[in-house]
Amino acid sequence: MIRSLLSGDMPRSKFLGAILLVILICLAFAPFLFPGVRTVDTAARICIFVVLVASYDLLLGYGGIVSFAHTMFFGIGAYGVALSSTHLGRGFDSLIIGAGLGAILAAALALVIGLFSLRVRAIFFAMITLAVASAVAVLVSQISSVTGGEDGLTFKIPRELGPAFKFGKDLFGGELLGVKLNGKLLTYYLIFGGSLILFLTLLRIVNSPFGRVLQAIRENDFRAEAIGYRVVIYRVTATCLSAAVAALAGSLYAIWLRYVGPDTTLSMEIMIDILLMVVIGGMGTIYGAVIGATLFVLAQNYLQNLMSGLSSMTEGLPILPELFSPDRWLLWLGVLFILSVYFFPTGVVGRLRGQR
Amino acid sequence: MPEPILSTTNLTVRFGGHVAVDHVTCAFNAGELTAIVGPNGAGKTTYFNLISGQIPASGGTVQLHGKDISGHPVSARTKAGIGRAFQLTNLFPDLSVLENVRLVVQAKAERGFNLWSMVSHHTDLTEQAENILQQVRLLEERNQTVSELSHGNQRKLEVALLIALDPAVYMFDEPTAGMSVDEAPIVLDLIAQLKAQGDRAILLVEHKMDVIRTLADRIIVLHNGALAADGAPAEVMASDVVQEAYMGRGLEGILADV
Repeated sequence: MIRSLLSGDMPRSKFLGAILLVILICLAFAPFLFPGVRTVDTAARICIFVVLVASYDLLLGYGGIVSFAHTMFFGIGAYGVALSSTHLGRGFDSLIIGAGLGAILAAALALVIGLFSLRVRAIFFAMITLAVASAVAVLVSQISSVTGGEDGLTFKIPRELGPAFKFGKDLFGGELLGVKLNGKLLTYYLIFGGSLILFLTLLRIVNSPFGRVLQAIRENDFRAEAIGYRVVIYRVTATCLSAAVAALAGSLYAIWLRYVGPDTTLSMEIMIDILLMVVIGGMGTIYGAVIGATLFVLAQNYLQNLMSGLSSMTEGLPILPELFSPDRWLLWLGVLFILSVYFFPTGVVGRLRGQR
Repeated sequence: MPEPILSTTNLTVRFGGHVAVDHVTCAFNAGELTAIVGPNGAGKTTYFNLISGQIPASGGTVQLHGKDISGHPVSARTKAGIGRAFQLTNLFPDLSVLENVRLVVQAKAERGFNLWSMVSHHTDLTEQAENILQQVRLLEERNQTVSELSHGNQRKLEVALLIALDPAVYMFDEPTAGMSVDEAPIVLDLIAQLKAQGDRAILLVEHKMDVIRTLADRIIVLHNGALAADGAPAEVMASDVVQEAYMGRGLEGILADV
């Protein structure tokens, strides 16, 4: 049962298995274990970024294809939900239509870019994705009548997903273990469930015969072609799948934020974050996405708190309080990144599996 | 005269002003092992590249079973029945030995586009791959990563991939280069077995005279990209053309140099 859910790709390291289990439990019960607006928001972000990073790893880690357009696909899904909810009215049907169309558009765009550039050499694909992604980001901020420009769009999601919607009054008196049973809780579980399904889908794909062909292409595309695989078709298919999953992750993100804007979905900063998460977690393993996204999102959200703690603890000592000042959190994030690449060149998961 | 499996007609390729393969017209029959010889730079490997499609031809055609495949990409030629092993080992270095062969068997079964089933459920493919590893005496190394294998074992795996493809035309490019004295006979026996099946055409680029003597039914000599001689081994070795082309040193003299 578990084996089949994980598509036969077991963690292969007790320690890694334990970490993954802890992360899964923490995310599954986040609203109950860590009640609070900020903690639940962090948990939802982790769920979404796990999927986003895993879909990027399908390209980079399995297919050996470098793309800079992943946030563009992420954004297409997010804007899809926002636009459909704005124009078709709030409702679950709008969400489904928006997410579906977003995923289809993302896959279609990936198909076109892929057919144009993956025929030649994978490096052209990287350059073209960079150009297209920048163009789309500019376009979105320019046509503000449709997209809301730099301000983005705030939209309404179905009433059942809003904080005003209460349920379970008769059964539990509206509270379970001290947590209010409202629409926000439902939204969290929609995000968590959606992310889990997408994650398991990606895990299935990379462990299928198709996934093995991608690995073969990454290792030696020349020979993969010579044993009878049409490399360009496999690469393009992987790009489309990855784009569609990224778009769906974007839709979940938009639903969670009830807002979409260039900064939250399309920016180059997010693209770089995705790259960092893939590298920290470990390329070429979908589990790396879980570790990478969790560590990175936690650091992004809590490194400043940790540092202000350290700063006040070291008060009175020379230099240290300055060094740990919360304003310098990006410096420390950089240091952590360099250390992780130095000590885990194959990522955290690669390291843990290597020691088995 | 039976229909040849593979033939090339006026096959030519130019790199700038240099003609690397010059109007080579040649047919290869079932059950026949043809050794392709010639000094370094004579165009042997380039001729192979033209047949298997890695390099597009400037002129001429390649026919497989009488059908022109000159415009086909490499993967389509492979599916049609042209199998190629490479001179420099050309494998999937970070995958296991078994996975390397399994990928070929999977390509042959056309299951590469299976996105949803687990690899571990395709047990028939794994069994086929293990059988082939057994044939080249690599079964014990099945779970090793290719990059950990010895050079000789990598060469054997290279041959295993070709056998897994089970093509109509086998193209070997110095299959025993760099192999130890113990390992080379395993590969040569396999090639002899393939020849004995009688329904495949085998092309072999080889420098070792003893290998050619034991295996070849026919020798073709390439010189400056052109076909200089074609015939039974004894005939070719004695022929005046070859003697002259190599300035009186004869074929064996040339081969002894390399």
